[in-house]
Amino acid sequence: MMQDLVVHAAYVGYALAVLLLFGTILTWVERKQAAVMADRIGANRAYVRLPFTQIKLVWIGLFHGAADGLKMMLKEDFRPASYDRFAYAAAPWVVFVPVLLVFGVVPFGGALRPGELFSFWPAVAQWFGEREYQLQIARLDAGLLVVFAFGGITVIGAMLAGWSSDNKFSMLGALRAGSQMISYELVMGLTVLGLILIYGTADLVDIVRQQSGVLLGFLPAWGIVLQPFAAILFLTAAMAENRRAPFDLPEAESELIAGYFTEYSAMKMGLFMFAEFIEIAVIAALFTTLFLGGSNLPFMHDGGFSLPGGVEIALSHGVVVALQLVVFLAKVLLISSFQILVRWTLPRFRYDQLLRFAWKFLFPICLANLVVTAVAVWLLGGLK
Amino acid sequence: MKRPVVERRVRRTYWNEPAMSAWESVYLLEVVRGLSITGGVFLRNMWKWCTGRKGAVTAYYPEEIRPDYARGNRGRHVLTRRPDGSPQCVACNMCATVCPAKVIEIEAAHDPSDPAHPKSPARFEIDYSRCVFCGLCVEACPEDAIRMVKEVPGFPGPDRGVMWSGKDELLNWQPASDVAKPYPARPAGGPAAGAAAEVTRP
Repeated sequence: MMQDLVVHAAYVGYALAVLLLFGTILTWVERKQAAVMADRIGANRAYVRLPFTQIKLVWIGLFHGAADGLKMMLKEDFRPASYDRFAYAAAPWVVFVPVLLVFGVVPFGGALRPGELFSFWPAVAQWFGEREYQLQIARLDAGLLVVFAFGGITVIGAMLAGWSSDNKFSMLGALRAGSQMISYELVMGLTVLGLILIYGTADLVDIVRQQSGVLLGFLPAWGIVLQPFAAILFLTAAMAENRRAPFDLPEAESELIAGYFTEYSAMKMGLFMFAEFIEIAVIAALFTTLFLGGSNLPFMHDGGFSLPGGVEIALSHGVVVALQLVVFLAKVLLISSFQILVRWTLPRFRYDQLLRFAWKFLFPICLANLVVTAVAVWLLGGLK
Repeated sequence: MKRPVVERRVRRTYWNEPAMSAWESVYLLEVVRGLSITGGVFLRNMWKWCTGRKGAVTAYYPEEIRPDYARGNRGRHVLTRRPDGSPQCVACNMCATVCPAKVIEIEAAHDPSDPAHPKSPARFEIDYSRCVFCGLCVEACPEDAIRMVKEVPGFPGPDRGVMWSGKDELLNWQPASDVAKPYPARPAGGPAAGAAAEVTRP
């Protein structure tokens, strides 16, 4: 029992560290990537001066995220004169916390056997014994459903923020956020249904494990190979859920100042921004888990590689765990970077275009995809 | 049941109606094209940065100053000199008067030994933190004493105090005086006549 507690405490610490780090790093990635895409240099002025010296560490602008955080914390926490106190204070947390919670069911690695990992330290190895843990904070059978349950809570936060701050721009932003996020939530759910049909489970660890197989003798059995349309639609809908360009209507600067968080300042506003950047990473993690084989390289599983030609490469447990952690982070970073690429490429939709895109374009495609998948699964009797 | 007649609204067509091809009206294909363009630029620039070249067209001012300012660019001010090296400025304050940002401060000095130019600036200072680089001072000057060169003042700093440019800095201009400009000879008998006569002009 104590062993479980230690392992899961370590997981929670790791997940929090990864998410907060990604939230900070992605602000820098966004600035730099936008700059490089536009033939510019990008943010590179914030520095840390070593005490008592004139040595200024710039580190290609990495400290801009820290400078942002510091600024947000030191700013005046301005509150509008007429507002609902409780809802106003709670809204940033209602947006921020579910984003972190979603990561609780995402497996960020394969299986972990601490007893084998600490084989050089007999006392610890003996204490852990033969226990095996999945690299996942909460092993839930309904993992995918939990993702959608928590993802849906974010809408409430956005609407609370818009309603409680007693501002017309905020209210408009909140209305837009509500209709947009509910529309795209539907699309997102439908895209994932196809995967559930194919894998026959909503448990994310099981989904990842099934993706380490081989299709047609040479293709890795990743979700993106099985469900290419669903992958594109899922990413689109997830980006719309995250309210970033081209779907940033709830906070369209040129129309609504900042949308539903117009009346927020200091760290409360920072929480909204931070939640947005962390959600980029969470979406990337979900996409990796569902469509890109989770923490595995192609043809890789918890024991090593089994290449299509029947070649088996066995790896020691420590190497596999380290490789899986690194591969997962690399995939997340890659998908996050792709989301930023989209954000800096496409212009914002008009509001009617946005809803038409969801209901008249994505929704029918999703349904068609689902029907085709269901028929195919029925004909093939499942892929297992 | 009779359905109410709904008048169909016909959208007016304009002469400059944007014509979308079938390819363009399928939104996702154009999205892919746009992403490949921006992604391509990103990869090209990243490859340049990674191979030690500069992947941006912007300059890292003020550490890096572009060499290609236009010939007529209104950059920093310079004060021209007479052939004997004294500033051509007669401290008439015309530039300071015309300056819309009120950035020029001149303190005049009296030089009884030079009857042709008894007034000269003892102090001539420009506050670049407020200068708008309009060039009116250059136009107002009756003596062609103040000019603007294409190089910009390298002034961005942590403190407004360092953004002032003084007489020494303004006079520090090569070639110091416009050699094409004919200078009248000094009136004979003056104390500085000898010095002026020594100057030969091309």
